[in-house]
Amino acid sequence: MTFVRWFKRHLVVIAGLLTLGYLLLPNVVVTVFSFNDPKGRFNYEWQRFSTDAWTDPCGVADLCGSLSLSLRIAAWATLGATVLGTLIAFALVRYRFRARGAVNSLIFLPMAMPEVVMAASLLTLFLNMGVQLGFWTILIAHIMFCLSFVVTAVKARVMSMDPSLEQAAQDLYAGPLQTFLRVTLPIAAPGIAAGALLAFALSFDDFIITNFNAGATVTFPMFVWGSAQRGTPVQINVIGTAMFIVAVLLVLAGMVVGNRRRRHTA
Amino acid sequence: MTTLTEAPPPLAPGPAATDEKPPRRRGRLTPYWLLLPGILWLLLFFALPLVYQASTSVQTGSLEEGYKVTWHFATYWDALSAYWPQFMRSVLYAGTATALCLLLGYPLAYLIAFRAGRWRNLILILVIAPFFTSFLIRTLAWKTILADGGPVVGALGSLHLLDVTSTLGITAGDRVLATPLAVVCGLTYNFLPFMILPLYTSLERIDGRLHEAAGDLYAKPFTTFRKVTFPLSMPGVVSGTLLTFIPASGDYVNADLLGSTDTRMVGNVIQTQFLRTLDYPTAAALSFILMAAILLIVTLYIRKSGTEDLV
Repeated sequence: MTFVRWFKRHLVVIAGLLTLGYLLLPNVVVTVFSFNDPKGRFNYEWQRFSTDAWTDPCGVADLCGSLSLSLRIAAWATLGATVLGTLIAFALVRYRFRARGAVNSLIFLPMAMPEVVMAASLLTLFLNMGVQLGFWTILIAHIMFCLSFVVTAVKARVMSMDPSLEQAAQDLYAGPLQTFLRVTLPIAAPGIAAGALLAFALSFDDFIITNFNAGATVTFPMFVWGSAQRGTPVQINVIGTAMFIVAVLLVLAGMVVGNRRRRHTA
Repeated sequence: MTTLTEAPPPLAPGPAATDEKPPRRRGRLTPYWLLLPGILWLLLFFALPLVYQASTSVQTGSLEEGYKVTWHFATYWDALSAYWPQFMRSVLYAGTATALCLLLGYPLAYLIAFRAGRWRNLILILVIAPFFTSFLIRTLAWKTILADGGPVVGALGSLHLLDVTSTLGITAGDRVLATPLAVVCGLTYNFLPFMILPLYTSLERIDGRLHEAAGDLYAKPFTTFRKVTFPLSMPGVVSGTLLTFIPASGDYVNADLLGSTDTRMVGNVIQTQFLRTLDYPTAAALSFILMAAILLIVTLYIRKSGTEDLV
């Protein structure tokens, strides 16, 4: 009886934790199988423990090349999308102008469209223009679909900003540029950072749009896709696991720094 | 530019004032300069491609002789009649995955918002963390989990559930991999965080005192949920379902990696037509139909649920 009552009271918690387990299960599998020593070309069945892949992560042809290409593309796409998106966000929050509605829809639509539609239409454009597919077409596409997400993230932050802070700066004889650099930008920075992080993650992990517009260039997600057909090296799991650990550590470090700063200002 | 050209500042925001803060005007052209590069990028690489695609969809010709616009609208009809099973499958799979995401995601969002206490941030990180491992690698991991003779198949088999699911046509024999069940499972998994995060955001805003008030008025916990919590979380439900359904309906990765030729979705067809068959008009027509269908579904859905302030 008491168990039934306990179960009833904690039903939400149990269901929630089960969902969390469902979300994390594949990561556990990826990590465990990074220590596998598969028999055939595919790393889907457990054979025996081995650290070979961890000691030689670049041991597969083209793997680390595709990884560094993806990192380079993600870095440039983040830079481009963050700069363009921040400018748009400031214009949208701080100014009243004609065609605001049209601008808002133009920013919303890429987020509300299946990737495959954008991918196919962009390829149509490049084919019609006779553009050589490769690094530049991937970069163009990535900046395009990351832009809207940056605008949304920065806009949220700038909208919640107290305008009296900038007025105070101007009352203290700060010029427009000085006000922007020393007051506006630092306050908007968390929003810009969030947008940039999102852009980096989206660009680095994008497959569908890249697959259409890459030509013969192979990014890391495309390498993984290809390996699903040819044979999956264990090194893929090593890189997946390493990325996971680095990301979680970075987030935790960010939280610790944030907490400490909050305590200092309090 | 000078103070004279500036419009009088809106001293008293009238009833017509929008929810945006009263903008200050320095130069009149400043907003346009700020917008120019980004908007130009979107016009050139998002809007213009759609125009090109529309034009491609009504062209006829061949790769060797080139394509010409002949207003050949029959392509649309042909594409639809040839690939309507894939279209139906996309809507069905994406719809099922969205419903499952809501069903699985709601308890977790609720847990994070109300019951997690000091574990809240940790659980939030764990929800977002899988994003940092390439989604293709994680989807491939499902091949191991659902493998023939693997733990899931074994468990379902010993419970005799596989017989039930086979009769329903969502699995085939004693396999889970390469069946609709595997594809829906992958879709649900891949888009679950897109459901949980908006749900969490709208649940977290709910004032805890409302729950107390409902309790004081003798509402049972479930009644409180049904009459207070759930209605207040509707914005999260709506944006979560959209964020799940839209990408899921265009997805072809899950159907390709976890499915078979019998589980092909419209995304698979568009991809094959574009990158392998090189039948550009059909591919363009298909992707236009997909876009139109989704815009239609989304508009109707937003109308019906009465929350238009999502954007």
